Amino acid sequence: MNQLQTKARVKQLIAGAMAVALIAGCSSGSSESAETSTGPLVVYSGRSEALVAELFSQFTTQTGIKLEVRYADSGELAALLITEGDASPADVYFSQDAGALGAVEDAGLLSTLPSDITNLVDSRFRSTQDRWVATSGRARVAVYNPELVSVVPNTIDDILNPMWKGKIGFAPTNASWQSFVTALRVIRGEAEAEQWLTAFKANEPVPYEKNGAVRDAVNIGEVSLGLVNHYYLYEKIAAEGADAVVAKNHYFINGDVGGLINVAGVGVLESSKNTNAANQLVKFLLSVQGQEYFGLKTFEYPLAAGVAPFSELPTIEELNPPAIDLSNLKSLAETQELLAKTGLLTK
Amino acid sequence: MSSRTRAPFALVAPALVASVLSLVPVWYLFQTAFTSGFAAVVDELFQSRTLQLVLRSLLLMVTVTSASVVIGVFAAWVVARSPLRPRLLLIIAFSLSLAIPSYLAAFAWVSWIPGISGFLGAFIVLTFVCYPFVMLPVIASMDISDPMSEKVALSLGRTPFGVFRTVTLGQSRPAITGGALLVALYVLSDFGAVAAMRYEVFTWVIYGAYRAGFNPSRAAILSTVLLMAALVLTLIEARVRSTRDTFRLGSGVRRATNIQFGIPARIATITGAVLLVALGAGVPIWRAIYWTGFDSSNQVQWDVVISSIATSFGIGIVTSVVTALVALPIALLSARYRGRASQILEGSTYVAHALPGIVIAISIVYLGIRTLRPLYQEMPLLILAQVLIFLPLAVASMRSAIAMSTQSLEHVARSLGAGSMMTLLRVTIPLALPGIMAAGALSMLSSVKELPATLLLRPTGTETLATQIWKFSSVSDYASVGPFALAMILLAVVPVAVLTATTRHGVAR
Repeated sequence: MNQLQTKARVKQLIAGAMAVALIAGCSSGSSESAETSTGPLVVYSGRSEALVAELFSQFTTQTGIKLEVRYADSGELAALLITEGDASPADVYFSQDAGALGAVEDAGLLSTLPSDITNLVDSRFRSTQDRWVATSGRARVAVYNPELVSVVPNTIDDILNPMWKGKIGFAPTNASWQSFVTALRVIRGEAEAEQWLTAFKANEPVPYEKNGAVRDAVNIGEVSLGLVNHYYLYEKIAAEGADAVVAKNHYFINGDVGGLINVAGVGVLESSKNTNAANQLVKFLLSVQGQEYFGLKTFEYPLAAGVAPFSELPTIEELNPPAIDLSNLKSLAETQELLAKTGLLTK
Repeated sequence: MSSRTRAPFALVAPALVASVLSLVPVWYLFQTAFTSGFAAVVDELFQSRTLQLVLRSLLLMVTVTSASVVIGVFAAWVVARSPLRPRLLLIIAFSLSLAIPSYLAAFAWVSWIPGISGFLGAFIVLTFVCYPFVMLPVIASMDISDPMSEKVALSLGRTPFGVFRTVTLGQSRPAITGGALLVALYVLSDFGAVAAMRYEVFTWVIYGAYRAGFNPSRAAILSTVLLMAALVLTLIEARVRSTRDTFRLGSGVRRATNIQFGIPARIATITGAVLLVALGAGVPIWRAIYWTGFDSSNQVQWDVVISSIATSFGIGIVTSVVTALVALPIALLSARYRGRASQILEGSTYVAHALPGIVIAISIVYLGIRTLRPLYQEMPLLILAQVLIFLPLAVASMRSAIAMSTQSLEHVARSLGAGSMMTLLRVTIPLALPGIMAAGALSMLSSVKELPATLLLRPTGTETLATQIWKFSSVSDYASVGPFALAMILLAVVPVAVLTATTRHGVAR
């Protein structure tokens, strides 16, 4: 492993983060006036405050549009929106996953976004009815410990090889792992998905509380390989320095289900009386500034404005993720039932 | 017999209002469950998986409730009857585990001993979180009951254990069954502990319906199962309670007596007490300190911690006072004017307690967005939701305390010409004060750690200790969770200390 190279990349990364801060600082002077000013814009955010509060405050500084943000679990917010119906005080719904957006869309609560917004995002990463758009993506990867692993599995089927018995870590309750299983069900069908999960279970994977714990276990060699999202590795490098991190990411390419790209996304409520400001916020999230924020602060994949991902990441074209309508990831309840049935979710 | 007396309208009217409010979640559930038709409900409920999960929930409920009764009675006995002192310190130490949210306690254990997850972990965590539900009302009942009866039984040749079993337990029976009912309902409704321990029970599918299925009406259908379970449990408890009544005989003022303790008994008592505190409160506190100090670069934002304490404290005080006021008429009716009607009134407040917080929150959303729009996502509606969730806690502790206090003084008051309201205010309520304070303390403790309703119903930007803990634990930032968790435990000392000071007040030494 070339540690010098990694160090250089962390430096790049820090420089990039500073650049974002600088841009934010400069542009705050030139505030555009909001078209509508009927009170603050109400955002229901399933993305955590630690992750997005700073970006929201940049938006307010630049546009003068005040935000009232309610943070909670994406799914619970979807249930809240569906219960509130058209009386909802919310203008914008910002979700951690496409599935929850798909459910709110199905309930008829999201408005059609104007084409100057939808055109910003590749059609793979927005609703087929143009009612939500993805704001950033995260790839599923195998994080591995190069001191323990010489040959890395190229597909999720390679993982079923007995050589990995007891050596794979995963986070059974994590939403992204469950999204991967949903994609497996959608792409391969229920029977084949169950077959894969049964074989996976037979290979005695080691469950961890969270993705971060999987990554740490791989890094110290407790397990050889872990199924997580791509950015956990870079979070650790940013927090502890490249020297502390042995683990590396391996990407599943060529359309393998293992390489699913999950997205966080945003939609505007049909009942919103503040559509102009709401659309402005969506555009801001898709702007160079918003996309660079996701790329550098969370190491996620930018999906708009031509912003390139953080330099260590392969591009989306190189990843060649499996083709799937992301709204279909909403059948999560069935996934959890299948995981429980195959003994992978519970004890 | 008091049942011949007509209940005063001034009690019946507020009790009716409280009962109707308690049934809001029930009304919402049926309203929502049956929108997709009766067939859909039957279809959803009669799946083998539903039955299997209900059985797992019942297993957890039975084991945790049994263990909580044993531990809760032991702890109450240590406080009220054993020579261990000081009393204030004991009650606080024994109550702290109630102040810790179940998901946090579970995470504390599982991050320490990963192998504990599953049934064993869920059982341990829920037992420690729940035994104070038994302990607090039993302390109140032991304080009210007259230890002279125990002395008398001893002098008549009973063994000390025999006295404990027949006299002490007998007198505390309404408090024990009331507490056990609360534990059972809590276990049925809990999601935090079983989620962190990955032990799949019935609440998994309800939360799954929201978080994974994005389907509130499916969640409503599934929740009706918990309503039925709550109804059955409430009926069983009422039956057990009514088979035997305990009254305190004798004068209005009790005299404390000391029962003699041998050295081995003392050692056993001290060991038990220390172990209980170490495992119940000690483990989560130790983990919270460990998280806080884990990263030396961690800067604790004390101003944020302090403002969150203030918000939690404010909401907790208002909630506990309102809960106590709303619960009092129901508890009085139930204890003093027993009959079918007062049983129904009391029972109606319990059923909602078996529902997970998220279900109550969503039902208040359903009501609030349609009929109370100006209050929607404002403080009064959040308080209302919390009052509904904690009402059974308050009713149970008050009712057992009122039932324990002697009626002869009330009869004297009546014979001296006091009206029924005057008698309640001047005689019954003062005698039941320990139970009333216990009710307030329980509501306060529960309010401070309440999360699901707070997340959905709080005014935007309001941050309580519970929301802060959620915010940081959801991104695995446990270094930041630590100070808020410690603050939450510290804040719990206030209501418990108030409770203790008050109960002591009624005892002549």
